[in-house]
Order: sequence, then structure tokens, then C-alpha cells
Amino acid sequence: MTEAVIASPRAPWWRQLIGFNLLTGIVLGVGGWYVGWFGAHAISGSSLGWFSSTDYNELSVYLAYIGGVVGFLIGLGFFNYPIARLRGYPPSLREKETGGWIRYFSLCTDHKVVGIQYLWGIGLFFFIGGLNAMLIRTEQLSPHSQSFPMGTYLTLVGMHGTMMMGMMTSGILGPFANYLVPIMIGARRMAFPRIEALTFWILMAAGAILTTTIFFGGFPTGWTGYPPLQTQANAGMDNYILFFALVGISMTLLGLNMIATVLTMRAPGLTWTRLPIFVWGVLSTAVLMVLAAPVLIAVLSMGALDRTAQTTFFNAAGGGSNYLYENLFWVFGHPEVYILALPGFAIVLELLPVFARKPLWGYRLAVAGLLGVSLLSWFVWQHHLFVSGINGDLRPFYMLSTELISIPTGFTFLCGMMTLWRGQIRFTVPMLFCLAWFFNFLIGGLSGVFLSDVPSDVTTHGSFFSMAHFHYTIMGGLVFTFFAAIYYWLPKMTGWELNERLAKIHFWTMFVFFNSTFAPLFAAGFLGQSRRAPVYTGNLKFLNDWVSVSAFLLGISMLIFLFNLVWSVGFVKKPAAMNRWASRSIEFQLPSPVPVHNFDRIPVFSSDPYGYGEGPPPTWVVPAGAPAGRE
Amino acid sequence: MAAADPNAARTPPHDPTNHGQRVVVAWILLSAIATPLVAIFVGHLIPPGNASVQGTEQVFDNTWMLSVITPIVCLLVVFFVYGLLSFRATSDAIVDGPPLRNDSRIQILWIIGTGVIVLFLAGFGTYELLQNGAGGGQGPNPIAVPAGPKFQVQVIAQQWQFTYRYPSLGNLESNQLVLPANTYVELHVTSLDAVHSFWAYELGVKADANPGVDNVAFVKTKGPTTFHVRCAELCGLWHPYMFNNGLIVSHAQFTAWAAGAKKLYASIKPFMDRPAANGGAPYAHIYFPAPDRRAG
Repeated sequence: MTEAVIASPRAPWWRQLIGFNLLTGIVLGVGGWYVGWFGAHAISGSSLGWFSSTDYNELSVYLAYIGGVVGFLIGLGFFNYPIARLRGYPPSLREKETGGWIRYFSLCTDHKVVGIQYLWGIGLFFFIGGLNAMLIRTEQLSPHSQSFPMGTYLTLVGMHGTMMMGMMTSGILGPFANYLVPIMIGARRMAFPRIEALTFWILMAAGAILTTTIFFGGFPTGWTGYPPLQTQANAGMDNYILFFALVGISMTLLGLNMIATVLTMRAPGLTWTRLPIFVWGVLSTAVLMVLAAPVLIAVLSMGALDRTAQTTFFNAAGGGSNYLYENLFWVFGHPEVYILALPGFAIVLELLPVFARKPLWGYRLAVAGLLGVSLLSWFVWQHHLFVSGINGDLRPFYMLSTELISIPTGFTFLCGMMTLWRGQIRFTVPMLFCLAWFFNFLIGGLSGVFLSDVPSDVTTHGSFFSMAHFHYTIMGGLVFTFFAAIYYWLPKMTGWELNERLAKIHFWTMFVFFNSTFAPLFAAGFLGQSRRAPVYTGNLKFLNDWVSVSAFLLGISMLIFLFNLVWSVGFVKKPAAMNRWASRSIEFQLPSPVPVHNFDRIPVFSSDPYGYGEGPPPTWVVPAGAPAGRE
Repeated sequence: MAAADPNAARTPPHDPTNHGQRVVVAWILLSAIATPLVAIFVGHLIPPGNASVQGTEQVFDNTWMLSVITPIVCLLVVFFVYGLLSFRATSDAIVDGPPLRNDSRIQILWIIGTGVIVLFLAGFGTYELLQNGAGGGQGPNPIAVPAGPKFQVQVIAQQWQFTYRYPSLGNLESNQLVLPANTYVELHVTSLDAVHSFWAYELGVKADANPGVDNVAFVKTKGPTTFHVRCAELCGLWHPYMFNNGLIVSHAQFTAWAAGAKKLYASIKPFMDRPAANGGAPYAHIYFPAPDRRAG
């Protein structure tokens, strides 16, 4: 085995803790936090507090967290390489470590390690965001405000939305694209491995920052953060701004890395029409990330300046306008929702051929659909501002452009449906999640038609209708395909099977209770329930109770998954077969888990991976001299 | 891995059944039944209701869209019910389906079909919008202005209440929106602090309230009724409590209310008239129509 040759002898576990890793990162992060905190208090001449939300000023929160992030990255060892090279020393090879559990808690440039780090890291924050949702639904059990103080409730709503929108942007591209894209394109690594690791650790720092907003009183604005409320809000708002700006940096770098990798590192023979559709989905998403996230960083910087330096970008009294924020935010925000949705499209199209045992139907149309959505998503953002009082002349245009986006989305539906047509469909767990995507996204997409049409948007805008709509598209579109990807690829990534019976229970409970949670919210919105309000009219109590109970059951469904994951990967450890889905895709021709350097020899591609029913698989699937694998 | 190669799968014999014809026939039948049922029985349940002309138009608009999307839902329902039952793998052995990679006729049909629906919906929405603005806030320079005289009311949002100002009643300010029946109302929505959204649910009106911006919406009331007003944009701590009832009353009742309200609110000096230095509104903002201009 090649692994054994490369792997260095390992120190005992306690010796591995000494050095640059997560532990050091946290220690230096906390240290850096206090350096910034005291420094800012010294600048502003105010008295110091070790950790008090009463004695803050805005500047100190920003400097503290910036210091914290820098300290965290130093502790992880991100500065070792550039400093060593600047001083003329040979760089440390610690980040290229090929074995040992400590890799998963350190800066590691192996794209497969980063993929698994992403999966657990994002999973953690997805869990926190999900807990927020449970608490929100607890409050909604009664038409009056009963469980939480009003400020706490608004913070829960804001944290849920911001956590999900911020963290789950990398929900597919973080774990699965980092892990799979190099393998799918026949490469041994990403184009910029150190940047790849940086995107992950920045995202974790961001998640910690958003979670600690509770120490600063939370923030009242929801995930959109509209000023002037943003400018008025207390210090917890700064956590929101820092969180989203860091997520923006992470997204930009992640997208750049993906684009560079796909453009430059494809193996010989892997032409654009042979690229797996998943890679096309990643590429179209990455383009959106690179172009949209900087707008977010810019608009939040303006918000930070408004809060700290008393600029008036968004203050009407000082000649600014909150429309500036709203426009810039949604210039980012609408591509953002397609950043969430597009990887889901790609996963559905990638998995259907495997389980329908047919080639992907209309490959070029599917690619056109992904790229078309990616392109059109730039021209629709003002549908969020239909009733905002902004100059209304362009509303017919935005109505048209928003509805036009359903044409490329329809390509995905057509290609997926025609791939099923006359197939030999196997109802495996990943397939069930993909089929559920059609159901959910159909409802999500068709309810979007009501929101894209100005006359009906007047009633549905800002109501639970729009909330139900985007949960159908994002949770029904992204999270369902996220689980499809987990059940499909996790055995390959970890080398261990997940329990199938529990997986089926998870699917059916999730599908039933997801719909039972969000479908009634369309009705609640139509009946006049306003978003982000724990107080509603008494006639909506039954609907809300129904939804809350369904949401709790949906939460239990997620716990079933969590149990399955911990049980199967942590305790049962049933080895996964090399190609348990009988897939033609190249990652399933490699052992489980994939060896450190992926391929002994770079493969040569002669077809796309969808040639089901077209005779024996092409020769590239077994590159000469490939390791035998665990099977 | 020759023996274990799962990709060496069998291909089933050719299936002569015309599945496509069956799906299309079933789809047309189901759509022909479902669409009128949805239009007749579901459409009128859809809000916001009949308190205003705009509300009625929105119900009509929603009914139309529901009728257009019903056949789309029918297509997918028929396709998936039929497809998943007919094309499921019947054995554990892995069998490949026929390698169909493309059919440009289907692609063209699909693109034309979705294109026609999209253009129809956009055209229909634009037509409805340009009639009178469909009750939505149109900003300071509305493009869809209904003809005829209009009764002006300014809606002033602040954290956390709405104040209504009636220029034609001597700048009377009240905390309840009372409107005369069968009258075209011109609402001027603005805010003193954060972004709010004025949502008069049964009237089918929604217009964001922004500091320094005059957001105009038009609504024609129908007969006497009550309606709900609430804030639809998160505006801070007590946003959920920013709601109230409004009234549509007959002209005679309205005159009586106005006279009484003048007396009732006589002692309260409208806060909008106070300059910011004296504890008035913290933000400079539009005051429509400006009192001095009205006086001249």
C-alpha cells in the first residue's frame, strides 16, 4: 500500500496535542479576542470589563473578534508556511500529514480530510440552527408571547435564519465538492489546498462568532439585517455582521478554489461534455459564490462603519438610504438562495442515472439548466422589494425575469424525469431523497410563482407564505439532497456503512413531517400571519399547534439520523463495499475510504460516467495499477 | 474485478408498451377534471377577500394562477405515480434500462410549453399590476395611478405603532384607520425610524414604510366592514404587537367620526409638526402633502 510508505511514525496521542491544532487555535483565539477587546477599550478610553455586555463599545466587539480570528488561525498554523518561506526556511510539512486522528483537528491540506471536517463542522452548526427552530416553534404554540422574552425570540429567529443561510451555503460544496470534485475530475488535490483548509476554519470561527451573539444581547433583525434597525441594534448585531462577512470571505475563497480546480486540473480526456453533472453544478454554484459574496462583504462593511464610525450609508437623516442596503443585500441574497439550491439540482441529476440504471437524459440541456439558473439569478433580486416603495417602474421586468427562471429550473425537472423514464428504478435511500426533491421543489417552485407576481405578492410578501415557500425550496431542495448525498457518498468517505433500516425510517419520518410542518404554513400566510412574530390572531392557533408538533417530530427524525450516524460510524463500523450502488462514477472504482493520493496513476477518461445500458464500462474506471482496495 | 463487476449488468428486452401515450392521456383527463374544480371550489377561498376592489382583483389573480399551475401539478403527479409503478426494478439483480440519451422533440416541446406559461403569467401579472398598482406600495412616483378623485391618508409608522393623518380633515391624526366606503383611497406610507410594512390584510394593501420615503398605494374600499392592520417587516422588539383593527364605514358615519375625532384628538398636538429639536420626529422625512403648501 502506498499509504504505509508515506505515513510517518506517529507520536502518542497526548504528544499530538502539542503543536498547531484546534486546541492551540482556541487558546490563541481567546487570547487574541482579549487583545482586541482591551486594545479597543484603550483606544476609546472606556473602562475595561473581562466579559461584560454592559461596558462595550461597538469598536471593541469588532476588534475583539478580529483579534480572535487572527489568533485562531495562528494557532491552527496558517501563518507557519508564509513566515517560514519569508525567512528562507523550508516549510513545515505538518499540514501534509497522511495519518492520525489529529489531522481532523488541524490544518490539513488533504481534500478528503477537509471534506470530512466540513461535514462534521457544518453538521454541528446545522444542529444548533435546528435547535433554534425547535425553540421558535415552542413559542409559536400559543398566539401570545409566552415562552421567551421578545428580544430572545427575535434572536432565536435571527440566529436560526442566519446560521442556516450562512453555514448551509457550504453545505454541499464544503463536504461533498471538496471531497469528490478532485476525484471526479481525476486529480489528486484541489488547486489551492491551503486555501481549501482556510475556508473551513474561517467558517468555524464565523459559526462561533454567531453563536456567541447571545452574550451580547442577540440581534433583532432576522437574517436580512435591514437598517435602520441594524444601526440601532445592540452589540449582538456586530456578531451578525462579522459572521456574515467571514462567511462571505469563506464562500469567495471556496468558489475560487472550485473554479480553478475544475478549469485547470481535469484529467486527460475529461472534456466538458464528459464532466459529471455534479461537477457542473459545483461550477455554476462556485461562480455565484465568487461574484455574490463580495457584495455581501461590502454591504456589511458599510453597516459596520455606520455602527462604529457614524457614517450614514443607510441613514436617511444623513443623506443615506436603507434602499442601498436592501438592494445590495439582495444582489447577494438572491444568488445566495441559488447557491443553496443549485448543488441540490446537481445531486439529483447525478444520482438518478445510478438508481434508474439509465444514462443522464439530455446532458447538455441539464448543463444549460444549471448555468441558466446561475445566470438568471442575477436579474431577479428586486422581487424582494416589490412593495418596498423603491421606484416601481422595473417591477414588470423583475416579474418577468423571476418567472423566466422557472424555464432553466424546468430543464432540471425534464432531464430528471426523462432519466427515470423506462428505467429500472431501485428505491434505495439516496434515491428516495432524490424523488422527494421533485415533490418538494415542485411545491416550492410553484408557490414561488405567487411571490413573483406583484398582485399576489402584495398579500403573500413578508407573511408565512413566503417563509413556507423558501423552506420548501431550501430545506426541501437542499437539505433533502444533502441527506441523499450523505447516504450515497458517506460510506465511500468513511469506509463504513450506515444502517439501512434506520435510514429508511429517517427518510419517511423526515418526508412526512417536513410536509406536515411547512404545507400548513402556506395557509397560515394566506390567512395573514406575519413572519417573525410570536403573536398571531387566535384563529391561527390550530394551524400553528399542528405545525409545532410536526416540527418537533421532524426534529426527532433528525435525531434518528444523528443516532444512525454515530451508531454506524462510531460503533458498528460495518465496512462499506467498494461499489455498493453499482455506479459507473469514478469515485466508486476506488477503495473505501479513498486512499490518500486518490490515484496511483492519473486516469484517462474516454466517456461520461452515465453509460448505463451501453455495454461494459470504459477502461478508465480501473486505471492500471490502482490499489486493490478493502473489498 | 471481473466476477464482481456490477456494471456488467443485463439489459431488459424491448418494452413495446406506449407509456408516453398513457401518461399524456391520463394527464389530459386529470387536468380537465381538476382544473375547473380548483378554479371553482378553491379559488374563492384564497385571500385576501372582498373588502376592496384590489382585494377582489388579487383573489381573481390568485385563482388564475392556481388554475394555470394545476395542470403542471397534474403532469408531475401522473408522471411519478405511473413512472414509479411501471419502471421500478422487479428483481434484486441489477438490470440496466434502455440507454436513451436524448430526444430533441421532447426538449423543444418542453421549452415551448414552459416558455408560453411563463410569458402568459408575466403578461397577466403586468396587466393586473398596471391597472391600479394592485394595492402594493409603488414608491413616491407611482406608475399605475387609477383615474378619478382620491381620498388621501398618510400612514406614519414608528416603533411600534401606526398613526394615520387625514390632510382633508385639517391634518387630523388618529391611531385607528377609518375609511369611507366605496372611495378611492390614496395611502402615503412613511416611517419615523426603522423599516416597517403597512399591511392592511383584507384590503389587499401592503406598502413598506421607510424613513424619508413617501410610499404611495391605492385602494378602493367597498362596503362597511372591519379589517386588520399589522406590520409585515421586522422592526424591532415589539414588532409582533404592531397591529390594530381598521374600519370601513358609510360616508355619513365617516363624517360623524371625523367630527368626533377632531374633538377627541383636539388636545393632542400632532407630533409630526414638532421640529426634531423639540422632541419631535428624530428623522427628517416626507410629510405629504406638506402642511404649508396646503395652507397656501
